[in-house]
Amino acid sequence: MESLIAPLLNGTADGALLLIAALGLALTFGQMGVINMAHGEFLLAGAVSAYWTQGVVSNTNISILLALPVAFVFAGLLGLVLEITVIQWMYDRPLDTLLATVGVSLGLQQLFLQHYPSGVPVKKPSLLDGQLDVFGYAWPLRQIFTICLALVCLAGLAALLRYTTFGRRIRATVQNRPLAETLGIATRSVDRLTFFIGSGLAGLGGVAASLIGGTNSQLGTRYIILAFLVVVAGGLGQLRGTVIAAWAVGVSTAYFADWTTGSLASVITFGLVVVFLQVRPQGLFTIRTRGLA
Amino acid sequence: MSTTPVERATTFARSWGSLVGIGVLALLLIVVAPAVLDEFRLNNLGKYCCWAIVAVGIGLSWGRGGMLVLGQGVFFAIGAYAMAMHLTLETAGPDGIPVFMILYDPLAPLPGFWVPFRSPIFTLAAVVLVPILVASVLGFAIFKRRVKGAYFAILSQALAVALAYFIGGTIKLTGGDTGLSDFKSFFGYDLADPVNRRMIYTITAVVLVLCMLVVWQLYRSRFGELLVATRDAEERVRFLGYDPANIKLVAFVVSAVMASIGGALFVPIVGIISPKEIGAAASILLIAGVALGGRASLFGPALGAILLGYGRSTLSERFENGWIYILALMFIVVTLLLPDGLASIPRRLSGVVTSRRRTA
Amino acid sequence: MTRTRSRVAAASVIALAAAIGLSACGGSKAGDDTTSTSSESCVDTSGDTVKLGLINSLTGAMAISETTVSSVLHMAADEINADGGIMGKQIELVQEDGATDWPTFAEKTEKLITKDCVAAIFGGWTSSSRKAMKPVAEKYNSLLFYPVQYEGLEASKNIYYTGATTNQQILPAMEFLKSKGVKTLFLAGSDYVFPRTANAIIKLYAEELGIEIVGEEYVPLDKDDWTTQVSKIVDAKPDFIFNTINGSSNVGFIKAYTDAGLTAETTPIISVSIAEEEAPNMGADVTGQYAAWNYFQSVQSPANEKFIADWVAYDGPSDVTSDPMEAAYDSMYLYKAMVEKAGSFDVDKINAVSDGVSFDAPEGTVVIDGENHHISKPGLIGQINADNQFDIVWESDGPIEPDPFLEGYSWFPEATRDALVAAAG
Repeated sequence: MESLIAPLLNGTADGALLLIAALGLALTFGQMGVINMAHGEFLLAGAVSAYWTQGVVSNTNISILLALPVAFVFAGLLGLVLEITVIQWMYDRPLDTLLATVGVSLGLQQLFLQHYPSGVPVKKPSLLDGQLDVFGYAWPLRQIFTICLALVCLAGLAALLRYTTFGRRIRATVQNRPLAETLGIATRSVDRLTFFIGSGLAGLGGVAASLIGGTNSQLGTRYIILAFLVVVAGGLGQLRGTVIAAWAVGVSTAYFADWTTGSLASVITFGLVVVFLQVRPQGLFTIRTRGLA
Repeated sequence: MSTTPVERATTFARSWGSLVGIGVLALLLIVVAPAVLDEFRLNNLGKYCCWAIVAVGIGLSWGRGGMLVLGQGVFFAIGAYAMAMHLTLETAGPDGIPVFMILYDPLAPLPGFWVPFRSPIFTLAAVVLVPILVASVLGFAIFKRRVKGAYFAILSQALAVALAYFIGGTIKLTGGDTGLSDFKSFFGYDLADPVNRRMIYTITAVVLVLCMLVVWQLYRSRFGELLVATRDAEERVRFLGYDPANIKLVAFVVSAVMASIGGALFVPIVGIISPKEIGAAASILLIAGVALGGRASLFGPALGAILLGYGRSTLSERFENGWIYILALMFIVVTLLLPDGLASIPRRLSGVVTSRRRTA
Repeated sequence: MTRTRSRVAAASVIALAAAIGLSACGGSKAGDDTTSTSSESCVDTSGDTVKLGLINSLTGAMAISETTVSSVLHMAADEINADGGIMGKQIELVQEDGATDWPTFAEKTEKLITKDCVAAIFGGWTSSSRKAMKPVAEKYNSLLFYPVQYEGLEASKNIYYTGATTNQQILPAMEFLKSKGVKTLFLAGSDYVFPRTANAIIKLYAEELGIEIVGEEYVPLDKDDWTTQVSKIVDAKPDFIFNTINGSSNVGFIKAYTDAGLTAETTPIISVSIAEEEAPNMGADVTGQYAAWNYFQSVQSPANEKFIADWVAYDGPSDVTSDPMEAAYDSMYLYKAMVEKAGSFDVDKINAVSDGVSFDAPEGTVVIDGENHHISKPGLIGQINADNQFDIVWESDGPIEPDPFLEGYSWFPEATRDALVAAAG
């Protein structure tokens, strides 16, 4: 029982982190078509924010809560700067954004490396010490925190897109830009705000990631490819698929890691997603828009 | 009637002028470079030429076919590992097993998939045939399903990452993350001998020129026109009665073979192959040279790849770690300002001149 | 018409190119006696300087570790220069970036040897980087000083290994575990040649010592989520964990370990790549955990006091000292001592006299073994205290002689050793 439960719970937590990273991409890539390879470095920015707030507020429980808005704004601003300086000139050729943002990603990594050569330590909030007993498996509280954070991000984003004026504007812009403009929507500022939120979500993911592994220049590269794959597998333009794909990738990797080895688990997961995409090239769910071919 | 830059480029690539261009390039690479460069620089040029061979294929797939092949590391790896396995066995001797396997069990027989690589003929055949097979199976499924654009890019990237993890995770069979290295000879020729290194360089340069000739021929053929048509308006090509999937498949397979050959030549020149050379970052760098040079032009991809390799070597010799910022900036500036790469500069300049004339 | 003509033209170009290509094939076959040797060494020491090369990854993932090694090598060179240089010649360093890319290590090695004409090269960290540099150093008969503990089973006349080989780090760690009465052991490592080799040796020795291996887990180098693997450790309930994880993946391991509620009291860890630099960066409490090294900042010796004081005063990336840094520092002083004993910068002359050359290193006096080019080192086990420093809790009986092929250990299978020695030439 225990050996069956552990990968399920661990995988769910891994999937939750992947989901936070992918939610931002679901906006910037899924809605806007931008392939932002520097998204991983925005995760790193969030993780560093957690380190900075711990330097200011020594109580780890309060500092992690403070870190969340700081990380969101910091990563969001980085995204905004990127949008204004680079991305906005390239909306008509989305594949090229990949190359430009690879450059940004390389530069940011090296910048971080020179400031913090051996990375920075982020301490776990003392409230998250301990485990919850689930059918005999001592489930680390830290993982529950990651899942809660992912649910909050998901609910927040879904509510934003569905119930607010801004959300309607985003959807309108994505689905038919000229028509949205005709209706008086300032699509340029919608683009910017969308990019800000998408990048800010990466910042939140970074806070969660800083509790799992090392906060060093390589943090972003560990998540970026898988996060993109999750968005693609989920289907662009909506969040439902992303959620399911992230969870499925997290859980299946955990089971494969349990049955085989850590390396082969990654291979099998990647392989399965690739095969899945061959069967369903448009992902789990599709939404018909004029914005994306 | 005015023509678009791409159309003008196509016209040029078809023309006899570009054949002369290839001839000049061949002369420079095969005759001039060995005469003026020392062993070290020539060997480096050989390494850049390997990337250039891959780049020529990417130019075909991406520049002409519109398929952003972000996972050429897969095919690079097939060629490189086929060659590296052969050279490892050659170094180990007729009955020997690779050194890295000895630790786990010195008496174990060679794993089955290694055995045929004892044969040089099989190895050379594998370098060409395995990528054809793999690319056909992959490409058939992908293109029939009409996977394209960003989906295709990320899918191919995922394949490269998965393969890198696979090799990294099978250390007892493949050498894992450490890779294969320390080759003593190349089909019987001593790799420490400068004369033999020159020979390998020359082979590489000749192969590069041959690849460019193949692409030149493809571009001026009906196939080349169909490929560009598929890139620009896939639906219309389909309405005309062609199957875009087949057209793309051919371009994809040709570029896969080129990547594999590039990988195979990379191994004796550089002396090591590891999963690092095929993963996400490496695959993106392969693309970067093509973007730098100009993806749709005939010379752009190859020259861009050589220039990028040269730039990495010389900049990093000059700036200990600042070179990475220059590289990063290059990515941004070139994509932002020169979407058609350096190859578009002459056209842009002449474009300025013509438009001035027109206004005058 | 045009099409046919162009085909003819293309074919003739191909034929021409092929002809030129084939004409260049005039080199020697492997095994020929006539193999022309590579160009003569261009090292020029006639002036009052000597050039030495450094290759460390200053960019990419490995920069996290290698930047400090580069700094400490610069410091050693500055010290030697202030002290009059090597045989009266000032050291001139040429730094190259390995960029965490193994072909780049090979390229830069060749560049340093043939373009900069350096007399010796210092650097490398990963085994892949060493394996990329080795053939180049051998081809040009140059010298490489490799400063990191590694998996052993290697010897080259062109490499001096100043970090530990397995019998100086892994085996002492096992002896320590035996002395603690450990019965069960769990092996956790990166999926990489060092952990794989170390664990293969650990398993052999554990059988000899009567320690049971209750599990073995690997995670790729660039992954640091250890949650699934740690839950297996929780299930296996080992007395001790033997940790051969490389680099920053350790952070993920330690975090997953604390998340699961494991502690140094219940399930202690002995690590072979967590040092003074890494310990404070875990973001989790590692007090009470163990590490096996040959040097700790806490070693009591006049040479170490000087080393630490110099490093703190030096404008480097950190103020703590660690084993790989110390091994790099030693390597430059050992090189100086070898050159001065040989009275020459010539590689063959240096190799001829290297046996017995010693240096009063921070870790104690180290002596070069001229046969296998490794150095003698004390085996030390440290326990991390609240200041992230190591309290030395176990020491070997004096320095341990290097034995890269484990020839002095009867439990190591002879067939494996013979095959490895034969392959190493």
